[in-house]
Amino acid sequence: MAEGAMANDAFVVFDRVQKSYDGVTLVVKDLNLSLPKGEFLTMLGPSGSGKTTCLMMLAGFETATHGEIRLNGRNINTVPPHKRGIGMVFQNYALFPHMTVAENLAFPLEVRKLDKSVRDEKVKRALDMVQMGAFAGRRPSQLSGGQQQRIALARALVFEPELVLMDEPLGALDKQLREHMQFEITHLAHNLGITTVYVTHDQTEALTMSDRVAVFNDGRIQQLAPPSELYEAPVNSFVAQFIGENNRLMGTVTEITGETCVVRLDSGDIIDAKPVNVSKVGDRTQVSIRPERVETNKARLRPGVHTLKAEVTEFIYMGDIFRTRLKVAGHDDFVIKTRNAPDQIRHQPGQMIEIGWLPEDCRALDAP
Amino acid sequence: MTEQTADGLMLAADGKPLKQSLNRALRRQKLRAFLLIAPLLIFVLVTFIAPIGDMLFRSVENDIVADTLPRTVAALADWSPDSGAPPGEPVYRALASDLLIAVAAKTHTQLGTRLNYEDSGFSSLLRGTGRDVDDMGEDVGKALVAVDPVWDEPVTWTNLLGDPAWISAQADWAKAGDKTPEPPFVPSAAAQKNLPLTAAAYGDFARVMQTVKEDSPTEKRPWNTVAVSLTEDLKANPSAAAAFGADWQPRLSAVVAAEQGGAIPAADFMAAFTESDKAWGTPQPWEVIKTFSPRFTSGYFLNAVDLKMTPEGIAPRSEAERVYLMLFLRTMVLSLVITGTCILLGYPVAWLLANLPARTANLLMILVLLPFWTSLLVRTSAWKVLLQQQGVINDLLVWAGLVADNNRLVLINNQTGTIIAMTHILLPFMILPLYSVMKTIPPSYLRAAKSLGATDWTAFWRVYFPQSVPGIGAGSILVFILAIGYYITPELVGGAKGVFISNRIAYHIGTSLNWGLAAALGSLLLVVVLVLYWVYDRIVGIDNVKLG
Repeated sequence: MAEGAMANDAFVVFDRVQKSYDGVTLVVKDLNLSLPKGEFLTMLGPSGSGKTTCLMMLAGFETATHGEIRLNGRNINTVPPHKRGIGMVFQNYALFPHMTVAENLAFPLEVRKLDKSVRDEKVKRALDMVQMGAFAGRRPSQLSGGQQQRIALARALVFEPELVLMDEPLGALDKQLREHMQFEITHLAHNLGITTVYVTHDQTEALTMSDRVAVFNDGRIQQLAPPSELYEAPVNSFVAQFIGENNRLMGTVTEITGETCVVRLDSGDIIDAKPVNVSKVGDRTQVSIRPERVETNKARLRPGVHTLKAEVTEFIYMGDIFRTRLKVAGHDDFVIKTRNAPDQIRHQPGQMIEIGWLPEDCRALDAP
Repeated sequence: MTEQTADGLMLAADGKPLKQSLNRALRRQKLRAFLLIAPLLIFVLVTFIAPIGDMLFRSVENDIVADTLPRTVAALADWSPDSGAPPGEPVYRALASDLLIAVAAKTHTQLGTRLNYEDSGFSSLLRGTGRDVDDMGEDVGKALVAVDPVWDEPVTWTNLLGDPAWISAQADWAKAGDKTPEPPFVPSAAAQKNLPLTAAAYGDFARVMQTVKEDSPTEKRPWNTVAVSLTEDLKANPSAAAAFGADWQPRLSAVVAAEQGGAIPAADFMAAFTESDKAWGTPQPWEVIKTFSPRFTSGYFLNAVDLKMTPEGIAPRSEAERVYLMLFLRTMVLSLVITGTCILLGYPVAWLLANLPARTANLLMILVLLPFWTSLLVRTSAWKVLLQQQGVINDLLVWAGLVADNNRLVLINNQTGTIIAMTHILLPFMILPLYSVMKTIPPSYLRAAKSLGATDWTAFWRVYFPQSVPGIGAGSILVFILAIGYYITPELVGGAKGVFISNRIAYHIGTSLNWGLAAALGSLLLVVVLVLYWVYDRIVGIDNVKLG
């Protein structure tokens, strides 16, 4: 993509940013990222992948060792955090325990020297926005985790920043509340038109909330794409493995013809795949296929495609779906998911079946 | 199942009130808990609380006057200092009797020391008169011997006044010559009835001889007061001789006759005392004795706040004698200054400790704790070396040209020395509670404040500092209470201007031996600390204090 064109309307830009803490190893290696105004971008990755460091550099708590970070076209490398005007929600909320909810919210307005009447008005509006109007006089310690989360959100938004950063804000909540808050945060962000950078290690959160997701690993962005593309078209084996459930098989490319290729698995079996990260015959590859894209009904497969023999080792009833574990081509961790439909077959352990897939659902990626 | 009685009490399954059942169930637990702490409790009670209580009790206890001068105190009951005149002859006689006993037991010097606190000069007054009291009434004694030399014999007195049973028991004891104590003297019924003053005076004499001097009354001529009492008794009851055996009647009659003939002078103890010391002829010493005769006194406490008790009531001490209020004030002010410097110096260190990486913080922590592992005395002595006028600091300043050689700073033996040395010694007590509080403040608060637009200073002052206040509170209360009772350091580096009230207490405990005053000062110090603690609780709230 043309970087110059992107940079013009980009609101936040990381330009060849590197970060090292000890001068020996790079925590962030050559980071390039730009996001337009109003986008909800999630940085997703395992711990130590550099995503939080990126967020801290954007907030101003860490300085980039090399490269430039621009906000609204302005280089902010040397701007101190309090002058960046970026709202931030912390992992443990960081609500000031010695202040009431209202005082917490008034704090950013106070340091901006706003009049008391204006402050009160804005605090009230922000509290109403997160449906916490009745709690203005409480101390943070008197609130539940979810309520504290809302206050933290309201505090990050009350001074109307154009950019909000969130550092794993839902990590401390239970599952149900987390799902509810995901929904609320996304709505709030879209309704207010705020640009949001969200850091998480929870892939469900990333997929459900974001406009785009940046998958981090080893100090680099592995893939930057909308959730559906990330899930359905991972560009490398790390992303395929990290996002969602994935079956992988190792093999060697034996034939490439346009959009399809033939891979000989290490067990000797032959399968069809879509070449993504392989360029020539003889390349080692890890093929990746989602469990729900595996077909057990031979009638639904395209004629002429290769199929594999599989032995059912376990059948797990999960309500809406069935999860069947198979032994395929020497791997016994191959999983398929089938919908709990009236005509769906419930396989028995020990049963021998035949499986196949559409070649475009099976991606031949790099061999790690 | 539980039920309710008519008045709303819950009942347990067995029909007894639930509260009662619960109490019974808890009693065992409470007893066990108590048994666990009992050894320590007893140890503390016996070795700590009881002695301190006893010590503090001395601040109001005043038995010595009533115990040493019982007759004088009783005789003085009718005398009022308002009369402006010294008391009458019976009081002098009573004091002579009391002093004879006190001198024999050497308790008159202790009494002198005690009364000297209230009226300087009393000690020498009592010592001087103590030397003279033996000779008082000598003219009566000599006149009696002139009437009949038999009165010079000690045995005459024991035979006249002793109970026949005692006389034979004493004779048996003397014959046996063993080491057992002599049987205690018992006056005869006839003597007690007919010669009451003599029997009482001789009884005192015999008791002092036997218990204090370990001498037999049969071998010592009695005090002149006994002879005086005999003449008094015979004057009051000339026919007393009739009650005694045939041997005694002529002797006693001779005394009566001599008395009537004017050969035996009337005893004049007042003149004798006045001759011994002119002060006795004035009401002043008698006022002091009467004022401090009660068994409990507020005198020590009044003294501790620069007041004194006079017969006219409570009055301030003279300008030159006022020391304690000034010392209390100085102790407070210096302790406050030391607490303040500890906060100023300790806060940044505690902040570093809480925020540096673990490795560096541990090293720093060792440096903070290092003084704890060194003897207090050694540290204070080191400050003496550093601070004195020819010491290291002055040398450095002179060398750097900041101070002229002939104008070296006086850093020791004054309040500066006390403040510097005590700040150094008490600093860890400020740093450690501060550190333990700061350790619990996550760095994300500061970041949050900055992300919300606060400058470094605002973030610190509005967000970090308020959360560290409990640490400041804990450190301050610790340092202040330690400082207010500090002794060694002010003693060594404080000189005259930099000593604390505790140094004065130690002086009264160890040197002047005025334990009553020391106890009063100590009690006041304790009360001051408790009051401050209470005030602090009201203002800051003791719940807000975290010691770790």
